[in-house]
Order: sequence, then structure tokens, then C-alpha cells
Amino acid sequence: MATGIADSAAGAPAGQNVLGDALKDAFFAGLITLGLIGPLVGFQTVAIDTGAGSVLGLAYRPVTVAIMVGIVFIGRLILNLTIWSPNRVAKTRSGPTVFDRIGTAAGPAVKPLLLAFAIGFPFLATLMMGGMTQARYLLDVGILILTYVMLGWGLNIVVGLAGLLDLGYVAFYAVGAYTYALLATSEPVTHFFGGLLGETFWANWAFWICLPVAGLFAGLWGMILGFPVLRLRGDYLAIVTLAFGEIIRLVLINWVDFTGGGAGIASIPRATFFGIPFTAGEDGFAARFGLEFSPMHRIIFLYFVILALALITAFATVRLRKLPVGRAWEALREDEIACRSLGINTTNVKLSAFATGAMFGGFAGCFFAVRAGFVSPESFTFDISAMILAIVVLGGMGSQIGVAVAAAVMMGGMEALRNLDFLKQVFGQDFDPALYRMLIFGFAMVSIMVWKPRGLVSTREPTIFLKERKAVSGDLVKEGHG
Amino acid sequence: MATSPLSAATHRWEADPILTVEHLFMRFGGLVAVNDLSFNVGRGDITALIGPNGAGKTTVFNCITGFYKPSEGRLALAHNRAPTPDELATVTAIGERALVGTDAAVYLLERMPDYRVSGEAKVARTFQNIRLFTGMTVLENLMVAQHNALMTASGFSLKGLFGLPGWNSAARAATEKAKFWLEKVELLDRADDPAGDLPYGAQRRLEIARAMCSDPILLCLDEPAAGLNPRESLELNTLLRMIRAEHGTSILLIEHDMSVVMEISDHVVVLDYGTKIADGTPEAVRNDPRVIAAYLGVDEDAVEEVEAEIDEIEAQSGATS
Repeated sequence: MATGIADSAAGAPAGQNVLGDALKDAFFAGLITLGLIGPLVGFQTVAIDTGAGSVLGLAYRPVTVAIMVGIVFIGRLILNLTIWSPNRVAKTRSGPTVFDRIGTAAGPAVKPLLLAFAIGFPFLATLMMGGMTQARYLLDVGILILTYVMLGWGLNIVVGLAGLLDLGYVAFYAVGAYTYALLATSEPVTHFFGGLLGETFWANWAFWICLPVAGLFAGLWGMILGFPVLRLRGDYLAIVTLAFGEIIRLVLINWVDFTGGGAGIASIPRATFFGIPFTAGEDGFAARFGLEFSPMHRIIFLYFVILALALITAFATVRLRKLPVGRAWEALREDEIACRSLGINTTNVKLSAFATGAMFGGFAGCFFAVRAGFVSPESFTFDISAMILAIVVLGGMGSQIGVAVAAAVMMGGMEALRNLDFLKQVFGQDFDPALYRMLIFGFAMVSIMVWKPRGLVSTREPTIFLKERKAVSGDLVKEGHG
Repeated sequence: MATSPLSAATHRWEADPILTVEHLFMRFGGLVAVNDLSFNVGRGDITALIGPNGAGKTTVFNCITGFYKPSEGRLALAHNRAPTPDELATVTAIGERALVGTDAAVYLLERMPDYRVSGEAKVARTFQNIRLFTGMTVLENLMVAQHNALMTASGFSLKGLFGLPGWNSAARAATEKAKFWLEKVELLDRADDPAGDLPYGAQRRLEIARAMCSDPILLCLDEPAAGLNPRESLELNTLLRMIRAEHGTSILLIEHDMSVVMEISDHVVVLDYGTKIADGTPEAVRNDPRVIAAYLGVDEDAVEEVEAEIDEIEAQSGATS
């Protein structure tokens, strides 16, 4: 900033200077581009047909390189002369941005609208696609998004509220999923309930019994992770949690006797309508409720199960924030030493944050297992942790609605980018749009981080107020340090 | 010196100490930050701990509030009445961190982690560089300070999660208490603003209010007047006097602002290079040549001269009494 001011002071009388500087800067940008693009794009390996068979050869693409370097040069020049021009008076931004103001104005209406949309989504999708079966893809995407909304809300407790950077959240997702998969398919457990309550009892009720168990078990693992990392902060905490996620996955792969190893666990009992299976038979859901059988009933039911689970997560988080434990989480994020000076046992506060976050991850994992009917360690890689963390950061740490929107944008956006077939019209039939999915996605992420570095919702809602609830600006809210 | 044997019994810090610091040492590697320090804090007194920069005042504070583990020494905090030497010897010998009776309790602060010092022994503190929860509102800051009481009232979150009775009334009582203290520090109309938005002086007052919300019996203030203008310093004096008079909270403060120290304190302890060089009433300390030497800074010959003078005076007073 300071150099910018100095430049404009010196360069203002002589306009030539500005143009010269801009040209020089653009030239160097072009040079860097040439260095980078030259080897990467300039050479292409091609198969040369020699008659006796093809050999690998090199083709040169100087024109493409020249075009790219030209784009960077001209683009940089235009930017230097317009937006980055030292003569340009910078607009000072003070107070809330336009987005914030829109957010504040629309705030009260957004939540009920989103909720109504989420509840009505299966019906909308069915109407729109002209039938339940045709709406399957949309519903699957909806379920995927809601799973990530729930995971985002769960991780939000650890990262957003307590300010503890957890890169191994997928571990709890895995613990939840494997808890259900192992319990539901376990011979002794099936036998025990079979002898006690009838043959079909366990198959019909396994999910509903295992759901709380999976949550509690994941919460327990959250505490187990919490203990060794209590003294760690920042990068060190992140690395250990990352390792924890990998350890769980590696144990799942290598403990073949117990977990089935890389092959995973298949034929996990499916979800039932509180004991009534979604089958075509007489005892099935459709027959009992006088409907025509459709496999889509189960999918729609699953949609509502994950919606309910996600809403429970949101409700619990909102309530916990207003309780002393939730305030202690946020206080821990703000200043750990001040917490201890007020008699708060920060060990317990950290453990409770880890355990609560992990518990919701466990619920989501249990749901994942029942939806897919199959679990394997492949589903619990670091990518998932990174994705959930990206959702939390993008949504705005600590914000419920921001995380929900971020999950919808990220997961929905990823799906939408699979369907970029219209690009084939522009670039020709050889163009494969799916390959550009990650590029577009990464670009979108970078732009959002440039424009909204504190996430979509950067303000913090106070948990209590005397006269009026004033949102706290993100600049004052700390991000935590481990 | 300042205190003759006759007047000793009249000093509260000797008759009824709330905190007894005995032979406190704090070593960081080869550096001895606090060297064999002993002093008392009287119940209901405002005690000032003063000394030049780097004298070890904040280190003493960190030892008292549990943020540092002292290398050696005993820090006995007494609830209700001073412990008898027997009680003190017992609790020291049995290796417990506290001896809690029906009418009184004694806590050995050097054996307690920081959060227990504030939570159980009821010693609250503020910090030299203000440590507020800047992203939380003023009211929230005061609610966090009541964490332990509210945690019990919310049934460790279970009662609160399901909105059971008991929790709501406790939450209301906590808000009332917060309002009470906000009124005392004149921040009631800023209750819903983020703490980080307050001006510096108000942040200092809020930090004191927050400490008071944890119901301390001993309030430790680390340079409460630093960065305040003269008017704000005066208001601080009034606030501290009020806290002592209406709540019976004893106050221990580190301060460089002599107008505050001399104005409000009943007892002044002076540190230099980690050793106590004076201990007494403000008047006595003000006229102590060693304090003057430490504060004004004199060259080594002068120090020797002063010390010789002191020895002479002491010899004389010893001869006369």
C-alpha cells in the first residue's frame, strides 16, 4: 500500500512513466509465463507412425504458447492501466460490504426458506423430472449434499467454534460407518437378537439401534484422539489429527479378520421405516401403507432421515452455543489463557468439543453405511476430511447457514460440473468437459477466498443479548490457534 | 525500619493475611527471577506490588495465579480466616492442595493448576496486555466468567440442552449479575457490542468486571492503570475502593502509576531484581531510601553509600528499641 502511494506521488505528473512501468511489468509477467508454459504446453508427446509401428515423438506448439503468453501480457497490461493503476483512486471500503448488507436484510427469511426447500425437495424433484424413478439422480445428489451439510456442521463445532484445526475428521465418519456395518452384520449379535426377539428383528431394527451407538462410539474416539493432542496447537495439532485419520484408515485396511480389509463389508442391512422394510412383499412399506411398490420409497425415506439428522445437529449446535459449554468453546478459540484465568478447565472444554463434533460425524457415518449398504476403507480417505474442512472454511467458521450453503455449493457444484456437455458445442466433440471440473472448481475456490477471506458468512451471531442482537464483525473474531 | 514491633499487630496483613507468600523462588534456567520473596496480603486490604521494570512482579503474579509453578516456596491462601500454623503444617505435610474445613479453608496455590486457582481458590486476575474475548460481546465475556457456576446449573449441558427448569433461572441470575457489574463499570449501554470494539480504558474496566463475575476473594490486577488518562485513573481508584468496600474482595495489584498506588493502597511491597527491598504502608515505603535508590537509579558508589546509611539507621533503631 505504502509503495503504491509513493508511486502515484512520483508518477502522477508524468503519465509516460505509468505506461512504461505497466509495460515493463507486463513484459516480465509474459516472460514468466513463457518460462512456465513453454515446456509444459510447448512440447507434446505424439505417436509417430513409422510404418513398422508407432514410436513416441515430440511435436512443437509454438503458436499455442505464443497465444497464451500474449493473453497474459495483454491482460496484465490492461489490469496495470486500469484496476492496478497507481493514479486510480482506491475505493475505501468501510463497514459491511454489499453482500453483508444483503445477508442482513434477507437473514430472517433465508433459514425458513431453505428449510422449506429442503423438506419439499423430493416432491419438487419428482414433479420436475416427471416421476420418482427419474428423480433418482437429483435425490442422490440431495442426500450427498445433506450428508456433507451434517459433516460440515459437526466439524464446525471443533474448527469453527472451538478453533481446533482437525484434519482427520473422516476418522469419526469411518468409526460411525464401521460401527454400524460391523454390528449389523455380526453373527453373534444377529444370533443374540434373533433368539430373543424373533428372526427378522435385527435385520429390521439394526439401523435404528446402531445409530445412537455409532454416535456414542465415535464420540468416545473423539475423546481418545483428544487426549494426546491436548497440549498441541496450530500446525502440530493439524498434523496429529491428520495422522489419526490415516491411522484409522490403515487399521481398517490391515485388520482383515475384523474389518474385511480392503474388500470392505458388503450386504449391510438396509434402512427400514422404523421396523417396516422397504420390500415388495406383504410386510413391506408399500403394502402396509397401501401404496404401489417403488424402490424410490427407500431413497426418499433416506433423504428425510439425513435431513432429520442434519437438523438435529444444527439444533443441538445452536442450543449448545447458548449453554456455558458452547460459550467456553468460543472463549477457548478467542483466548485460552484468559479462559484458564476464569476457572475454565480447558482440557475438558477441548475434549467436549472433540467428542461432540466426532459424535455427529459418527451419526453421519452410520447413515453413510446404511445408504450405501457397503463400506470399505476407500471411502474414508483424506480427501473427505479436506472437503469437509473446505466446506467449513468456505462457509465461514462458526456459521451454520454459511456451512450449509457452502456444502450445497461445493457438492452440488462438483456434481453440476460433471454435466458440462454444452461446452462440447463450443470446443468441439473431442473436448472432455469432465476433465476441467477440478480446474473450474479450484478457480472458484480461489476467487471466493480472495473476495470473502473469512468465508461466505463472516460475521458472528452473539449467543445472548440485552437489547439488540448485533452481529460481530469477522475482523474481531479470532480463528483459534490449535 | 518502617514497622516497629509495637505497630506490627495493628497491620492487617500481619494479623489476618488472606495470602501468605513464603520463601518464593522462581528460576528460569540460570536466571533467578524471584529470589526468596516473602510477604503477606491482608484480608480486605488493597496491596500494591511495585518495582522497576524487570523486577519480577508479573512473575510473582503468575506464580500466585498458577500460570507458573514456583521453583520453591509456599503460597497459602486462606478463606474466611487465617490458618493456624498447625493447619498450615498439616496441609503442607499431607501433600494435598487444600484443607477445606467448615468455617475456613486453606489452599496451597503452588500445588494447583491455573484453572483451579481461579475456580476453587477464587483468585481472579487480569493481564498486563488485556486478554478479552474480543470476538464475543461484552455481555458474553461476563457470562463466560461464570462458567463453572452455570455448568453445574445446566446439569453439564444436559438440563440446558432440553431446556429443563433450573437452568433458565440460573441463566437469568447470571445475566443479572453481569448487568450489575456492567453498571458498576459503566458499560451497560455497550453490553451488546463486541469487546474488541471498546476503547482501551473501557476494555480495562471490562476485564476487571469479568474477573469480578467469577466471585473472587482475591483480585490480582496486573497494571490496571496502564494506558489510562488521569481521569480514567481516578475512576479506577473509585472502582477498586468500591469493590473492596461492597464485596470485601482483597486486591493485589501491580502498578507503575504512583498516583494510583499511593492513593488507594493500604500496603506496598517493593521488589527489585526479584528481592523484596521494602514492605509497609505507602508513607513508609515512599520515604525508604532503598526504594528511592531503586526507582531513581543511582550509580554503584551511591548505592553503597545508601546501604551504609541504612545500616547505620538500622543499628541506631535497634539500639533504641
